[in-house]
Amino acid sequence: MEKKYWQSIEEYKEQNKGTDMNKEPFPEFSIEGLDESEIKGKSSRRDFLKMLGFSVSAVALVSSCQTPVRKAIPFLTQPEELVPGIPNFYASTFFDGNDYCSILVKTRENRPIKIEGNDMSPVSRGGTSARVQASVLNLYDDARLKNPYKDGAETDWATIDKDVKANLAALSQSGRKVVLLTSTIISPSTKKLIDEFIATYPNIEWITYDTLSFEAIRKAHELNFGQAVIPEYNFEKAKVVVGFSADYLGTWLDPVAFSKQFSKNRKILKGNTEMSRLYQYESRLSLTGSNADYRYGVKPSDEVTVLLNLYNEVAKATGMSTYSVNSSPVDVSKTALDLLENKGHSLVVSGTNNLNIQLIVNAINNILGNYGSTLCIDKPMNLKQGSESAMARIVNEMNEGKVDGLLLYNVNPVYDYHKANAFAEGMKKVDFTLSFADTKDETAELCQYIAPDNNYLESWNDAEPVKGEFSIVQPAIRPIFNTRQFQDCLMKWADISGDFSDYLENNWKVILGEDGFVSSWNKVKYDGVYSLPQDEMQGNSGFREQKLSDSESGNGLELVLYEKIAMGTGKYANNPWLLEMPDPITTATWDNYVCVPVKYAEQNGLVHENVVTINGAFELPVLVQPGQPEGTISIALGYGRTAVGKAGNGVGKNAFQLMHISDGYADVAGTEVTMEKVEGKTYELALTQMHHTMEGRPIARETTLQEYIKNPYAGNEEHLKDEKNNVTLYSKVDYDGIQWGMTIDLTSCTGCGNCIIACQAENNVPVIGKDQVRRRRIMHWMRIDRYFSDDIDNPVVFHMPVMCQHCDNAPCENVCPVAATNHSDEGLNQMAYNRCIGTRYCINNCPYKVRRFNWYEFANNNNFDYNMNSELGKLVLNPDVIVRQRGVVEKCSLCVQRLQAKKLEAKRENRPLRDGEVQTACSQSCPTDAIQFGNLKDEKSVVVSNNKEERMYHLLERLHTLPSTSYLTKIVNKEA
Amino acid sequence: MYNTRVRGVLIKGNKSFADVSRDIIKPMDDKTPMWWWVTAFLATGALFWGVWGFYNTISTGIGEWGLNNNVAWGWAIINFVWWIGIGHAGTAFSIFLLILRQKWRTSINRAAEAMTIFAVMAAGLFPLIHMGRIWDGFFIFPYWNTRGPLWDNFNSPLFWDVVAISTYLMASFVFWYMGMIPDFATIRERTTSKMKKKIYGILSFGWIGNARGWLRFETAALLLGGMAAPLVVSVHSIVSMDFSVSVVPGWHTTIFPPYFVIGAIFSGFGMVLTLMIILRKLYKFKDYVTDGHLDAIARILTFISLIMGTAYLTELFMAWYSGNEYELFTFMKNRVTGEYTFAYWTMLTCNAFIPQLFWFKKIRKNITIVFIISIFINIGMWFERYVIVVTSLSKDFLPATWATYEPTITEIAIFVGTLGLFLLGVLMFFRFVPTVAISEVKSVLKETTTLKSFTDE
Repeated sequence: MEKKYWQSIEEYKEQNKGTDMNKEPFPEFSIEGLDESEIKGKSSRRDFLKMLGFSVSAVALVSSCQTPVRKAIPFLTQPEELVPGIPNFYASTFFDGNDYCSILVKTRENRPIKIEGNDMSPVSRGGTSARVQASVLNLYDDARLKNPYKDGAETDWATIDKDVKANLAALSQSGRKVVLLTSTIISPSTKKLIDEFIATYPNIEWITYDTLSFEAIRKAHELNFGQAVIPEYNFEKAKVVVGFSADYLGTWLDPVAFSKQFSKNRKILKGNTEMSRLYQYESRLSLTGSNADYRYGVKPSDEVTVLLNLYNEVAKATGMSTYSVNSSPVDVSKTALDLLENKGHSLVVSGTNNLNIQLIVNAINNILGNYGSTLCIDKPMNLKQGSESAMARIVNEMNEGKVDGLLLYNVNPVYDYHKANAFAEGMKKVDFTLSFADTKDETAELCQYIAPDNNYLESWNDAEPVKGEFSIVQPAIRPIFNTRQFQDCLMKWADISGDFSDYLENNWKVILGEDGFVSSWNKVKYDGVYSLPQDEMQGNSGFREQKLSDSESGNGLELVLYEKIAMGTGKYANNPWLLEMPDPITTATWDNYVCVPVKYAEQNGLVHENVVTINGAFELPVLVQPGQPEGTISIALGYGRTAVGKAGNGVGKNAFQLMHISDGYADVAGTEVTMEKVEGKTYELALTQMHHTMEGRPIARETTLQEYIKNPYAGNEEHLKDEKNNVTLYSKVDYDGIQWGMTIDLTSCTGCGNCIIACQAENNVPVIGKDQVRRRRIMHWMRIDRYFSDDIDNPVVFHMPVMCQHCDNAPCENVCPVAATNHSDEGLNQMAYNRCIGTRYCINNCPYKVRRFNWYEFANNNNFDYNMNSELGKLVLNPDVIVRQRGVVEKCSLCVQRLQAKKLEAKRENRPLRDGEVQTACSQSCPTDAIQFGNLKDEKSVVVSNNKEERMYHLLERLHTLPSTSYLTKIVNKEA
Repeated sequence: MYNTRVRGVLIKGNKSFADVSRDIIKPMDDKTPMWWWVTAFLATGALFWGVWGFYNTISTGIGEWGLNNNVAWGWAIINFVWWIGIGHAGTAFSIFLLILRQKWRTSINRAAEAMTIFAVMAAGLFPLIHMGRIWDGFFIFPYWNTRGPLWDNFNSPLFWDVVAISTYLMASFVFWYMGMIPDFATIRERTTSKMKKKIYGILSFGWIGNARGWLRFETAALLLGGMAAPLVVSVHSIVSMDFSVSVVPGWHTTIFPPYFVIGAIFSGFGMVLTLMIILRKLYKFKDYVTDGHLDAIARILTFISLIMGTAYLTELFMAWYSGNEYELFTFMKNRVTGEYTFAYWTMLTCNAFIPQLFWFKKIRKNITIVFIISIFINIGMWFERYVIVVTSLSKDFLPATWATYEPTITEIAIFVGTLGLFLLGVLMFFRFVPTVAISEVKSVLKETTTLKSFTDE
């Protein structure tokens, strides 16, 4: 029989139709060129040799292919601006509804990997915050939505567009109410677009909702000045700042800008002996309180009394009428005297969202003549525009069934509204619900439609944080997923042609003028910021007196809710960097907890890690916190998310429902609660520091301004002694050209911890999870040591950033048996990871304990399921820095990759390095310029001039390690 | 000249040369006893647990241990130093007592040397498993390479450690093995089994007991002994430099080298005492390892214990006298008082106080009490290393970094595993090697006994 060859399965089947397979077995395989015996499976010597040849080559092939092949597809057409290995920076703006910051986005091979501050911004002035630094990781969050959703199932944009337009049109025609609920929007173009959108669908009501409202400040200014604004604060001009529960260096309003201003006023360098004085009255130990010269613990219910007493003192001195008031629990006369001495150069702020309090604050500022100098209502801040009454009304209307459509942009009220349940209930009665959330958050979960917004690094936008000060948002990457910018959605649904980048450009034509628009627009995009010409500031014109009133002190245990530096209001609760960032005050990571005053804890038998129930509603662990005022406890907001992503789900407890509501204003502090100990139950907290005093050792050195003026070496006498005693037989190492060095000014450092995250982003520092942090293995290359001293109920707090000190006489270097850590000829103490065998001797012998060991494989390990275990999350890694293997020691390299890049740049341009050109991640990000970096061999550099200060000392200099990093003593503006 | 009237009889029971050979080789000819199987089973179990500890550490990471950013050394280093200390007994016995012409050492030195080998082997495992990247451990050897060449850091005490310990292990092994050659020949001559004849024939290197052989043997022993003697001092001095070269308060002290050597000999003698009491009981070697032997060891321990006490006091004094606040804190607030009080006082009690009971003859004569005290010494010396390693690291210069340390199950498993390894080695030694140096005992038999056949001559 002639053999038939089949060429496809179909043909094979066709051929075999009707034939008996058993009778005429088809050969198992049929390959041209094989003879009979081979087909039948008999093997000959030739086969044997063939098999041998095949297996040998196969083994060789397989064994040489241990590394998995990764596909790298080159560009077909190389983009002009993209050079592999060279980063591109784009000016942009971070604004998430709460915090604003002008930034530069560093991209490598077209992916954003790092956020840096934009020096050109007159508002944020190159500073950043931890959340800004960490925001780049949100871009690569696995929890982000990859497609739009309809009724809980993925769909495409065409469906969304069709459905939404149909819904909106139907609702519009029948005149039924649709609510557009957004966070504060500071973009003039977006606002204009929303107005146009509403013009298309006039049944839409636009409500702005802030998680933490500042409405009382606006209302007070409306009553006092006729303008519902938040004035621009200027801490730089203020010689005396009195804060009432306003953590303006940590979380209040615009902490990046305020930190910058605050620090400018407190630089005791080059003979300057002028510095501002901070008074802080607060109901928990905040970051600002920890930096205040005078700090007073005050219960939330006493704040009015204290403020009114202060008002009376100030008013009395200026011959104005006073109010009758209860006696203040703390003495305010000194504060009043200082304020009066600095009329027009002082500032009183309160973070309490209470109309009466804000009216008193305004009245005091008015008497002191601060309007027009440290406060400016003509140039208000556009942040925090939310209206609480409107929000409350909408929730009611929703529950009454009066709202038929709900569009949610950048808000998550089901999680963070104090009446979250009412909101969620109300949502059920709304026919058409849509969320623009980029993750399936608590609110979006309840929506019919989710139209995921782009990440801000994928978006076009603009921002006007302060009137007349603009900042541009421009994309640094194309949308990674099938998402669409909120504004583009609105344009599509309102049938406005083009996309939002065109719209933005057209809008800017109005601002910049048609003439030469292309070049001016390019300049705006290049700089990232644009300022309108400023008018002269007006004085305190037309202040309308308002009646002020006192209130009674409470008797119960008062709860203070607060935003943690890292977590804020919980928007980034799935960001592992932020989850693992130690709180600057408690040093706790990964949880929220109840801060309990020391005395209360003693009286009630509470110790660290006990568990208590709050109002019988939820359980939280106890953290006994020095400085927590008597009669108060505090709990961080932003925890207890249930739908945020795998890292953040179920971390901590949600405390938003415990907000204090009075007169329609929701404030974080003042709710009276009951607290019960849960007997026999403990909960483990992961703190990065367990010992809180310096044991009398000269570590963080301190003096008062008065002492300093008398003797510049005050507080630093130890340094002179050690200098004298430091004798050595060996000749001092000398460097030729460059010796990198760093100075850290403890007077400026507020301890905000922004540098920790900047370092983590720059250097691919792994996240290790709560359990490992608790085992004291945190991998951060720099830490901020926090020490308490003096009174345990109102301690003096020191923040001290510590990273590798790059000792010239490094104890770690001479004990490494394999010379894996050694000294560069530019004074860097460097680590050769490839050489390290992990004896950990260097860790033991480092007196600063800044070396970190890779206890496990932290990347690509399911036990550490954070960004380094996700294909998406790994995109944030800096390609210039190796991801360290298990078993090697790592530590601060002074960002050697950044130094190298700038050196190359200077070399290419054939010039010496300029001072300040080279910045480490920490010094670049520092909002108070406490960390300075430069060349110790450059006589004109800032670090050299700082090192000439009498305040300069080295940490543990008695050990004669000769560090390249030095510290400047902390100067407190306090009378002895 | 050994005077039996003054110093008593060394080998009891009126033994002749033939008796000595028969007595000592007898356990090797006998059927393997039950206790041997039981103990070997337990030791193997322990060893396997240790293997699991190794596996877990290597496959998962050092993170499986209780160490942290501040206390980067823990049980592994403690146990390493402890085992090295125990490993001092053999050489100390053979060399020092030889130099001091202590004839009584002949009954004990073989076992002590065997102990040294197994202890050093157990110790050697710790620096290995302790490495973060054990697979790159060969970096520690200065081999010619293409990376520059990139050499080791000859300043590092860890590098000195590698050299010192490997030298010590090799020297001890050669010394121990060479001493056994005549005894292996004796077994070869006596045994009826062809197999054993073959094996022991090879092991004895064809020893025929001629005068030339003995001459060379003695010369070689002398030379090796002379070379090994400094090793006893050097090896633990260098181990101590792992600590004293650092800047850590409580480590950075010049007393460490002598203090460690003395401590090592102390723990070594303690362990010898423990083992010899078991050995003489099991093998009925009371004639060879007499009460007098135990008495002598006890006296030595009393003396060393006094030195140890002096060292502890010196440390405390220097902590105060130096005016170094970090040092003072470590000693006074973290050892004498504070979190690690228990470990510190256990160490002091076991090493400095309890051995002082040996001043009383009644206690020295009560073998049960002597045995218990020897165990206390072993425990005390373990705690000494624990105190040194953990207390110093846990609270050093910057209070913000202070951390505590607790071992994990993996670390415990590795320690128990090395105990199993040691025990298994000792059991093998008991079973297949003459536990007492036959030829050496014979060599001192004549002048240290009152046996008629000898004295009459």
